Amino acid sequence: MSETKSGGLMGWIDARFPATKMWNEHIGEYYAPKNFNFWYYFGSLALLVLVIQILSGIWLTMNYVPSGAEAFTSVEYIMRDVEWGWLIRYIHTTGASAFFVVVYLHMFRALMYGSYQKPRELLWIFGCLILVALMAEAFMGYMLPWGQMSYWGAQVIINLFAAVPVIGPDLAMWIRGDFIISEITLNRFFALHVVAVPLAIIFLVVAHILALHEVGSNNPDGVEIKKDKGEDGNPKDGIPFHPYYTVKDLFGVAVFLIFFSIVVFFMPDFFGLFIEPPNFEPANPLVTPDHIAPVWYFAPYYAILRAIPDTFGGVVAMGAAIVILFFLPWLDRGRVRSIRYRGLSFKIALGLFAIGFVLLTYLGTQPATGLNTLLSRVGTVIYFGYFAFLFIYTAFGLERTKPVPERVTMK
Amino acid sequence: MRKFLLTLTLALVPGLLVALPANSVSASVDVDPHDKQSLQRGAMLFANYCMACHEASLMRYNRIGQDLGLDEDLVEKYLIFKPGTQVHDVMTNVMSQSDAEQWFGAPAPDLTLYARRHGPDRVYRFLTGFYRDDDQPFGVNNTVVSGVSMPHVLEVMQGLPEPRYEERDGRMVVVGVEEATNGKVSPAEFRGAMRDLTNFMDYMAEPVKAERERLGVRVLIFLFIFLIVAYLLKREYWKDVH
Repeated sequence: MSETKSGGLMGWIDARFPATKMWNEHIGEYYAPKNFNFWYYFGSLALLVLVIQILSGIWLTMNYVPSGAEAFTSVEYIMRDVEWGWLIRYIHTTGASAFFVVVYLHMFRALMYGSYQKPRELLWIFGCLILVALMAEAFMGYMLPWGQMSYWGAQVIINLFAAVPVIGPDLAMWIRGDFIISEITLNRFFALHVVAVPLAIIFLVVAHILALHEVGSNNPDGVEIKKDKGEDGNPKDGIPFHPYYTVKDLFGVAVFLIFFSIVVFFMPDFFGLFIEPPNFEPANPLVTPDHIAPVWYFAPYYAILRAIPDTFGGVVAMGAAIVILFFLPWLDRGRVRSIRYRGLSFKIALGLFAIGFVLLTYLGTQPATGLNTLLSRVGTVIYFGYFAFLFIYTAFGLERTKPVPERVTMK
Repeated sequence: MRKFLLTLTLALVPGLLVALPANSVSASVDVDPHDKQSLQRGAMLFANYCMACHEASLMRYNRIGQDLGLDEDLVEKYLIFKPGTQVHDVMTNVMSQSDAEQWFGAPAPDLTLYARRHGPDRVYRFLTGFYRDDDQPFGVNNTVVSGVSMPHVLEVMQGLPEPRYEERDGRMVVVGVEEATNGKVSPAEFRGAMRDLTNFMDYMAEPVKAERERLGVRVLIFLFIFLIVAYLLKREYWKDVH
């Protein structure tokens, strides 16, 4: 594109800033495979939710008071006295859960179609870092309403750090900034939640998209479209992101917003999963709630934590459940990316992994009874078993794959 | 006297109430934030009975007026009893928490968010769950909160029911209350009044509920139209992709 030759305002700008060049590289002339299916909506939706969270968060910050005495009442003040405050807050609470729904589905897509395989390892790693940052962001944000579950949920999680040998107790105190969770903890979590972590997330999302546009998008067939280019130098199976995927994603946005609005306007608590009932009671360090349940999106990892009898062992297992994701590109030695052409055992293993993850999510929100603990252990074995299986299955050439087509298919 | 007038008003409002469940551990109540008459009656009950001891320190009087269609004069006349209270003030009372601890053995919890914390069913079961128990300091106990430190404030209305026992694992346990006949209103009227009070407490815990549901319908109508437009736009552009 000849950005310096065109006249007018854009020409003037392009001579000084690569506006048209960037637009073309990332949107106008970014060629994406034409066979994206349902699972490819969640990337753009994740970006949409990020924008929703940042905007609603800015407006919440205008009225929220991060102090032990005022935090709880300031949230209710937003709900009652601030114009449209209730809507902004429900958008933000629903957005937090929507973020994880969208991101978990987005990641599952990558598992199905091998989107983490070479040359997309860094793209995958940036994605995993976004997940970690998102978890930190959600955890700290959940403390801010300063209700009972905010307080005791944070208590449980911060105490996990105290289980680290030798330095544990000092580490936990360093995180809290106090002997117990107090206003000091609240203030630092507020700072991290509204400034530090969002900055990190935005940086990582930019890196994620730059890496994607460098290597190009994978697709449901796992075919590398860049290998087969037409005379114009563009992939034969590719279509410009704009207008094709902008209009397609617009349709996805409409469907998403319908589901989002049903929650915001008709069930903002979402059966006590998005806003837990004990959080309507102000934080009280002297009274422990009967049952401390993490928010649903942390539940699978919490279930893994509780599956291990030893606390520190549980913490290690919980950390390992996240860390192992980073190594996935090197654990999967398979040459075929897409589940469509992979071996039957892969399909069964991925199916089990998905069921195990849902099972762990359910168990993490339930009290730890004998049966639930047993099931959590089964779920934990399935979770880690998937990665062990995938390595053995692919590294020793046990996988019987189907032939991969030369060109993408429009199923 | 005001209480008597109120009970009279309540008695005169047979209402559209379908049969409400008697007290039991599984009694469920249907709350409706759009039923303004029920909410108005509930607000009066709350101001007259609950607020002697309890507060709703996050709820403003004039908000109730706006939401339930009462002008400020009515709010001042029927809901505000604490001297010097402005209509835009929050619903506080004059009893201090230390007095409450001394008189009842426990502070009276703030009720603004109580229904959202514990759910409307529990509120309804509690309100209808007082029964005679001579071993208790105030002579009453409750099916929901065993050993309750709150007196049966609504005894004037309901009368004092006897407990209903059932045998569970060889022990007799209280599972509900018998219908009281020694009150000023009939058992059905009392249940209706408690449904109104529960409804009001549910409203108070989330005053915006009715508004958000109304707005939600409009938002969804817009989004469905937007969905159709977006779908047609996508189909038009994708015609030439094979």
